Amino acid sequence: MAHKRDTTSIMLAGVGGQGTILAAKVLSEGLTRMGYDVKMSEIHGMSQRGGSVTSHVRFGSRVDSPVIPLGGADCLCGFEKLEALRCLPYLKQEGVLIVNDLEIYPLPVLIGAAEYPQDVLQRLTREAEGCLILDAHGEAEQLGTSRVENILLLGALIHRLDLDGFPWKEVLQDLVKPAFVEMNLEAFALGRSLA
Amino acid sequence: MKKQLLTGNEAIARGVYEAGCRVAAAYPGTPSTEILENLSGYPEIYSEWAPNEKVALEVAGGAAIAGARAFCSMKHVGLNVAADPLFTIAYTGITGGLVINTSDEPGMHSSQNEQDNRYYARHAKVPLVVPSDSQQCIDFTKEAFRISETYDTAVLLRTTTRVCHSKSLVTMNPREDVPQRAYSKDLKKNLMTPGNSRPKHHEVEARLESLAEYAEKSPLNYIEGNSREIGIITQGIAYQYAREVFGDRASYLYIGFSFPLPKQMIRSFASGVKQLIVIEENEPFLEDELKKMGIPCMGKDRLPLCDELSVSIVANAFRDILGDSPLTIRSASEGLPPRPPALCPGCPHRGIFHVLSQQKDAVFSTDIGCYTLGAFPPLNVGDFLFCMGSSISAGIGFRRADISYGREDRKVYAVIGDSTFFHSGMTGLADVVYNRTPLVTVILDNRITAMTGHQHNPGTGCTLMGEKAKEIDIPTLVKALGVEEDHIRVINPNNLKACREAVQSAQEAKNPFVIITKAPCALLPEVKKRSAKNWFAVDPDICTGCKACLNIGCPAIRMREKKAYIDKDLCAACGVCFQVCSFKAISMGRKQR
Repeated sequence: MAHKRDTTSIMLAGVGGQGTILAAKVLSEGLTRMGYDVKMSEIHGMSQRGGSVTSHVRFGSRVDSPVIPLGGADCLCGFEKLEALRCLPYLKQEGVLIVNDLEIYPLPVLIGAAEYPQDVLQRLTREAEGCLILDAHGEAEQLGTSRVENILLLGALIHRLDLDGFPWKEVLQDLVKPAFVEMNLEAFALGRSLA
Repeated sequence: MKKQLLTGNEAIARGVYEAGCRVAAAYPGTPSTEILENLSGYPEIYSEWAPNEKVALEVAGGAAIAGARAFCSMKHVGLNVAADPLFTIAYTGITGGLVINTSDEPGMHSSQNEQDNRYYARHAKVPLVVPSDSQQCIDFTKEAFRISETYDTAVLLRTTTRVCHSKSLVTMNPREDVPQRAYSKDLKKNLMTPGNSRPKHHEVEARLESLAEYAEKSPLNYIEGNSREIGIITQGIAYQYAREVFGDRASYLYIGFSFPLPKQMIRSFASGVKQLIVIEENEPFLEDELKKMGIPCMGKDRLPLCDELSVSIVANAFRDILGDSPLTIRSASEGLPPRPPALCPGCPHRGIFHVLSQQKDAVFSTDIGCYTLGAFPPLNVGDFLFCMGSSISAGIGFRRADISYGREDRKVYAVIGDSTFFHSGMTGLADVVYNRTPLVTVILDNRITAMTGHQHNPGTGCTLMGEKAKEIDIPTLVKALGVEEDHIRVINPNNLKACREAVQSAQEAKNPFVIITKAPCALLPEVKKRSAKNWFAVDPDICTGCKACLNIGCPAIRMREKKAYIDKDLCAACGVCFQVCSFKAISMGRKQR
């Protein structure tokens, strides 16, 4: 849009149950504490049930639409490869792309009615120069559980977007269940160092 | 006070709380469900899940007559169910304030149609309030209670998915202490018989005139910006999209109080700008009114009637006026396999659906819930669906049509969940028994309202406020409705042998037959805890790669190197795959951690 504004838009795309919502919550809470106007939106069909899920986080001095327009995302973080590719039309030409090198087969693929494309990473790297590919699932498993892959990816995203200079630790401590805080802090730190 | 990020639904709950509301009722439905869930966190408010939306509105209506501030909430199609009380509460009016929330779903992310409930306000002749973000959800809700009491009317609060499920910053305030308004017996006002209703209709028309005067001075209608080139009339989420596209290049008339319309305000705004645009989602509710007033404007000549609006759609529709260059959109995402929602691993609907899917020449009248997903491949249990509770009654009609043409052989199954059965399936079953229709009803009791995210219902033994409740026992209820005892089967749907026996008996039955499957949703915490220890594994040396286990549509099972493979992390140990494997290649194992 020719209309000038300072809104930054971040899209998290994944599969129901991957924890995109918690990651978006931590991100938007931190941005709120930084003093930005923030809007966040969750988009999913028929509850979750293994379908595609996207979380939209936007911040700036004034945010209007809570939903990111096509071609309007400054950063796209794909929690699953196919979902990253599905949401690519949202990424700005010069936008930052972060991809979890993970395949989760949708039902049509599981039952043999469709093929999981073999060239997802090639298509992503061809489209977005400097695309960051992470094995967040495997790295998180090494920390103890793949369930913290969401916070690991968030760590990478925050580093790539130069949002490091903020006490994210406090936000994580406030939003994550006490029993899981430590592991999430580890995952967050690891994500930052990998980015 | 510090600003906080709330969703629209959390904000409406906060507004209801701050307004001093005492009684709230709802039936869960996307995107409205979280309003009552949040209200139940305020002990000052009696909040309940009602069995359906009609009951919810009647509960709230009764509380309002008694002089309390009352609230009820539903998704757009829920208001169809509650339309009967709505149209007459519009006549009686209230004693204490009454606000009715309808959450519409442009884009139908989790709905069967795309109706625009703003028309209900005009049809029922009640005022309409439309917020566009979370702060307005709080402020407009509170103002709606004031309007209700000032003008003695129920008020319709209309939100949409994007307002309900988006978070934005709000400032919260303390709760207002609202004393009970005195109820006095007044049949002319509160008892709608023909003799009382006739004068009431005149009063309703007069009330609309007063409300039209209020519209001109309502704080919910306001002008932003000072462009004289482009003027935009808008409301709800469409305002946010318009604002993002036009920014300071337009001035805006926000219509937060939108029935009756502030006609003088609209005329004066329209005469002050060169080009007038109405930007609204779905139907031309505002635009048609402008046209009736003889005010020319742009709108639906450029914007779509169907599906959700977006920044991109608005930008493209008015690109010629704004002179903006189009954004380059990447096209690398074409031809990808879709990722539709699916029945979860361990879902108790899978076993019975697998058995039903093997019935030849059977027709399945399905209903609304997770089990609607069973209609799609590979299970294919589902042929038609209208609305909540339609499975049994529509099944009767299908069966009767078949019978009238001598097609006695084709079995019709009605498939319905526990919560949907309580909602509006029971009346269908009463019809089955009363008119002796040889229909098979399958009630899938998974002990929770699962689709909307686990809400309690009359069968679960717990209330919204967390109190223990009497469980309505479905087999006893079915018996009481008159289904013969030897025509009722209560089975565990994860036991395929039990499923096959029950379905076989149903196939042979000449009278109304009911199968009740009873097993809790696999996502309930106590079930997850139990299943966390075990999983089923495929022995690749025994597996022949026949793919029989793929036919149950379990997201945990896939082919790997021409053999079936079960994802240990996803497996919920229901054992259905173990039962369908004729080669005994699947066996139970224990998870390490």
